[in-house]
Amino acid sequence: MTTETLAQPDADKRLAHRRRTRSVRTRRRTGRYISRIGVILVGLAFFFPFIWMFATSLKPTSEIFSTGSSFLASRVEWSNYVTAWTAIPFGRVIINSFLVAVLGAVLTTVVSLLSAYAFARLQFKHRDKLFLVFLGTLVLPQEVLVIPLYIMMNKLDLVNSLPALIVPFAFGAFGAFLIRQFLLSLPVEFEEAARIDGAGSMRILWSVILPLVRAPLAVVAVFSFIDYWSSFLWPLIVINDVSQATIPLGLSMFSGERGTDWGPLMAAATVAVIPSLLVVILLQHQLVKGVSMGGFGGR
Amino acid sequence: MTALPTLAVKDGVKRPAASSGHGRLAVAYLAPGMLGFLIFIVLPLVASLVISMFDWPLFGTPKFVGLDNYIRMLTGDPVFWTVLGNTLFFAVCYTVFNLVAALGVAVWLHSLGSWGPFFRVLFFIPVVTPMVANALVWRLMLTDDGVINSFLATLGIHGPSWLSDSGLAMGSLIAMSVWQGIGYNIIVLGAGLNAISPNLLEAARIDGAGAWQRFFRVVLPMLSPSLFFCTVMTIIGSFKVFTQPYLLTLGGPGDSTNTIVLYLYRNGFSFDKLGYASALAWALFVIVMLITALQFSQQKRLVNYDN
Repeated sequence: MTTETLAQPDADKRLAHRRRTRSVRTRRRTGRYISRIGVILVGLAFFFPFIWMFATSLKPTSEIFSTGSSFLASRVEWSNYVTAWTAIPFGRVIINSFLVAVLGAVLTTVVSLLSAYAFARLQFKHRDKLFLVFLGTLVLPQEVLVIPLYIMMNKLDLVNSLPALIVPFAFGAFGAFLIRQFLLSLPVEFEEAARIDGAGSMRILWSVILPLVRAPLAVVAVFSFIDYWSSFLWPLIVINDVSQATIPLGLSMFSGERGTDWGPLMAAATVAVIPSLLVVILLQHQLVKGVSMGGFGGR
Repeated sequence: MTALPTLAVKDGVKRPAASSGHGRLAVAYLAPGMLGFLIFIVLPLVASLVISMFDWPLFGTPKFVGLDNYIRMLTGDPVFWTVLGNTLFFAVCYTVFNLVAALGVAVWLHSLGSWGPFFRVLFFIPVVTPMVANALVWRLMLTDDGVINSFLATLGIHGPSWLSDSGLAMGSLIAMSVWQGIGYNIIVLGAGLNAISPNLLEAARIDGAGAWQRFFRVVLPMLSPSLFFCTVMTIIGSFKVFTQPYLLTLGGPGDSTNTIVLYLYRNGFSFDKLGYASALAWALFVIVMLITALQFSQQKRLVNYDN
């Protein structure tokens, strides 16, 4: 903006000022249009791999490379989805994925809530020291642990089982950290009132705290669901039977004996991506909140 | 407002008066979480140090070899240094590109007003879709006669072999990884930008600061806590890179895209050397911890926490 000295505001000056502000305003407006067109183009380019994934899933095998950069082939080949379904026991794999992700998310959330309650509301020796050690493992790469975990699963005869996919990764510090943060911001008066009325701690947790911590619980549940849903290295190590595989592992098993069958593979990939897309669309607020609190530590 | 994880555990919350503490009650509530923490995190961490001192085949008797695995790793295994160099190169490039681009995009989206949140979520999509699906579609796009080279051909450019040229393969992996991971930092930095008070920028404007000055003197210092958090997390994530080379290049051509975790996986599960793989795992652990500790030690110098 211009800085006007208001010593002698004669008409000339005022007119010039008005003209100048108008030109600034139109420049601002065109700038905003360019910016908006730009972000649409960048956003489309960014989303392109998913469009390409879906387009390829509808192409006949013979035309996947001959169609070059065109989205459409000579016909729409829905049968890729059928092929994908039969190439690996895909129905079974999807059920496994949901079982692992749902049970894993439930286990993680329950355990996190109990720990968070103890760390936020109970008093015991070395509480904060213990919590710090626990929190320190947020920066520990899980990849460091896969060898001993595999030997452990071998000894327990759990290799090739869904529990092996679920249990070892339900005890990270993120969930407890997030819920504890939230609990610390809540007044204790509700709980004290319930205590005076004679409620035990279990009752307080169930009837007083649980309704209040719905938001962070949802964040923890969504994040651990996605982590289990997308996990690859651990299933690759501990599962070698396709009937126990989850979707990412099933996808990696596709490219097999005779090269890669891209049509069905992209059909399967599209199916794998859809739940994640739904999660993003339906739960964007929880995701944004969770990320800004430090979820997905360093993926 | 964002509450970034700080390591401050002290809080000012009034707690229910309890003269003797809640020892026994606390044990009951902590049992599941802490037992799991001990069995699945602490124990494996210690165990992998023990295993790394053994010659440990999956089936057969482990043989104690002391520090042999480490000595071989550092002096007798050229692949280790290749893999370490590749991982460091990946980590530096990935972190720098990711943070610079995320900062640029976050500021851009912030200036878009009501359009910002929609695009912020769009950029976040690859973070939550399974990495395997992301990597496979990129492999398809990057093949010699894939869509990227077809598009270049329409411009009259003969596209290279993105994944089988040792000069380009690592760059392709970095590009794919930045695409997949950037949305995370865009959201964290976007939340940081939202927390900056407009009055502050207005005051700077009135004091005659230009756009660049406002960015470097006001926005960056105010964002430094978010940037610090993003840097720590992005570097940790970059050292774990596995799925991209495993699915796109198999670590090749040669060993040019082989990484620590991929090499660890192969030693453990293809070459049946669980002891050596554990030594690699500990090398990874030590490197990540050192870098993270170094960053936290510089935190006070680099990060501005006064509002």
